[in-house]
Amino acid sequence: MTDVPLASAAGPKRLASEVIWRLRRSAEAAAVPVLALFVSLVLFGVFVAFNGVNPLDVYELMYRGAFGSWFSWQNTLTRAAPLLLTALCTALPAQLGLMVIGGEGALVIGGLAAAAAALPVQGAAPIVVQLTMIASGIVGGGAWIMLAGGLRHYRGVNETISSLLLVYIAIAILNHMVEGPLRDPTMLNTPSSPSIGDANTIGTMPGTDVHWGFAFGIAACVAAYVLVYHTVFGFAARTVGGNPRAALMVGLPVGRLILITCFIAGGAAGLAGAVEIAAVQEHANANLAVGYGYAGILVAFLARQNPLAAIPVSILVGGIAASGGLLQRRLGLPDATVQVLQALIFITLLASETLTGRLRWPFQTGVSRG
Amino acid sequence: MTNSTFSRRRLLQSASALGMAGLATGLWPGRPAHAKDLVIGFVYVGPRDDFGYNQAHAEGAAAVKKMAGVKVLEEENVPETVAVEKTMESMINLDGAALLFPTSFGYYNPHMVKEAAKYKDIRFEHCGGLWSDKDPKNAGSYFGYIDECQHLSGIVAGHTSKSGKLGFVAAKPIPQVLRNINAFTLGAKMANPNVTTQVIFTGDWSLPVKEAEATNSLINQGVDVITCHVDSPKVVVETAEKRGAMTCGYHANQSKLAPKGYLTGAEWNWEALYPKMVKMVMANETIPNLVRGGLKEEIVKTSPYGALVGEAARKQADDVKAKLMTGSYVIFKGPLKDNKGNAVIASGADHIQTDIWLEKMDWLMEGVLGSTT
Repeated sequence: MTDVPLASAAGPKRLASEVIWRLRRSAEAAAVPVLALFVSLVLFGVFVAFNGVNPLDVYELMYRGAFGSWFSWQNTLTRAAPLLLTALCTALPAQLGLMVIGGEGALVIGGLAAAAAALPVQGAAPIVVQLTMIASGIVGGGAWIMLAGGLRHYRGVNETISSLLLVYIAIAILNHMVEGPLRDPTMLNTPSSPSIGDANTIGTMPGTDVHWGFAFGIAACVAAYVLVYHTVFGFAARTVGGNPRAALMVGLPVGRLILITCFIAGGAAGLAGAVEIAAVQEHANANLAVGYGYAGILVAFLARQNPLAAIPVSILVGGIAASGGLLQRRLGLPDATVQVLQALIFITLLASETLTGRLRWPFQTGVSRG
Repeated sequence: MTNSTFSRRRLLQSASALGMAGLATGLWPGRPAHAKDLVIGFVYVGPRDDFGYNQAHAEGAAAVKKMAGVKVLEEENVPETVAVEKTMESMINLDGAALLFPTSFGYYNPHMVKEAAKYKDIRFEHCGGLWSDKDPKNAGSYFGYIDECQHLSGIVAGHTSKSGKLGFVAAKPIPQVLRNINAFTLGAKMANPNVTTQVIFTGDWSLPVKEAEATNSLINQGVDVITCHVDSPKVVVETAEKRGAMTCGYHANQSKLAPKGYLTGAEWNWEALYPKMVKMVMANETIPNLVRGGLKEEIVKTSPYGALVGEAARKQADDVKAKLMTGSYVIFKGPLKDNKGNAVIASGADHIQTDIWLEKMDWLMEGVLGSTT
């Protein structure tokens, strides 16, 4: 019996310390960001105090605006919806060691594809139109990021730069299409594509005011988590991320892994764009590019590229955005205030990474995992 | 040693600042609004101090703030997405707003229409003149014939320009913008039949770098008076002033940015309109769903003349302005050709300001150098 698991072979004492070690590791993974969040809130308090506003008022209003009532929760969740999906556009390629920051471009192309695809099937049943839009959005966005992945794998082009530059190309294509071939002649003063039709919009989830994009986002994050941590594909992807040369040596299809992962990542952002058209805007126009893709990068980093952690982080960032209006209206703070908070959170979180593995715990068991 | 003293002092300062702030809250008497106050929300798409579109609305909001019995809420930099829907809902649900002014053109459809259908007791007033019979009755949209002021700016520019070359930095070739360019050029040609207006389209409403490039490029081509139609004329006006060129402003008064070269400008007069609308709501009167007007209705106004504007220019512009105030003046009348040589307005035909035909404008008149495509 040589293949008995190590832990049980070593007896219950070893098992207990193994469990404690695992618990401690996840506690640490949660404690460090929470600590960083706390520190950034304190720093933010000092910042607003210098602006002549009581920090306690600010915290109270932020809580009220983001999570203080059912209305605020719905506001927060609506704003979190696109971030869940755009976060995946950065978090998934990160498993392969790729730093993709072009989610905005995939979102724009996804939205444009969805709006364009809705036109030829206008007469069909709403469900057909909706599915067509969603499928086109995913394919459009997926192809867009796959382009960055392909450039990386076949031509050695840095994917960070290429995905960012592709954002500008995507926005230019959007503007060209809605001001030219796809322009709705009845919308004279806002160049837009023709409406998808009121009947074809994706409404809100039953009993709420939050559109279906939120449910899609949660489902996508959970699915991405399972894909990354509980499938062979995910294991292979993480192996590539750990050491691409080693992955090649053991015969992993690195190119295919890159292309597929980039497609899924872009598809998530493209889905966000499709939802933006189907649930919010009804037309494709310049309002597709309002920064959801860039906010997704922030979310992915705060979640440390973990798709499951992207859920609470998106809700947090959505909540900060939701409370921003209240800070402006009640306290006369400028709009940039919430951006300062976001930046503080981002910086303290990145800085807090150095704490990982260095936290002192109340009791030591003597087990060291080097 | 100096370092530590410094930081200790800073620490004490911060501590006392925090303490003072705490004290101030203690004295803060809750939310100041009285139960009876009419709560009014203004939503801006950009910063409210942009020397342009948003500032013009914020000046209107400031005029409303001076009225008794109102409480004004303002939120800036709200994009034309679900964010503006949530901002309006938040103003209604958390602050008790009963009258909302979502001021950006793109807020209307689908965002404001959706909210107006959802909150039937709340009055929504949008800037853009987009209301149609299908839209909710508690929604309204207003707009002004600001081309009247651009026409007057054109007269002043035509008189003042030495090179006879005028410049126009424009965002997009859409009807509103083309109407301003044509009205400006028509005015300039009244002063000097040989003037040309060189147009540069930047492609979007707020592209400061391109606006600066366009301004510089116009001046390099010999243009000496520049006006614009972008969200914030700040960059255009400042760049022209630096280069020694003259400017006519847009949206709001930019004379502070160009004390030397600012001639006049086409401004919104929301300070006059908004208090009127608020008074109507307070008196339980219904605001018409579509409100439109020009100089006569006090929806637009002109900036005071700058020092460089001569007697002849002032006189002609004032004459035309007086006629516009009585409603007896037509800007767009035949015969008029576009800059490709096609006749667009037949001889003897008049298109008065309320004519819907003008809102579909897709041509640039003779004398305008530039293309809509």
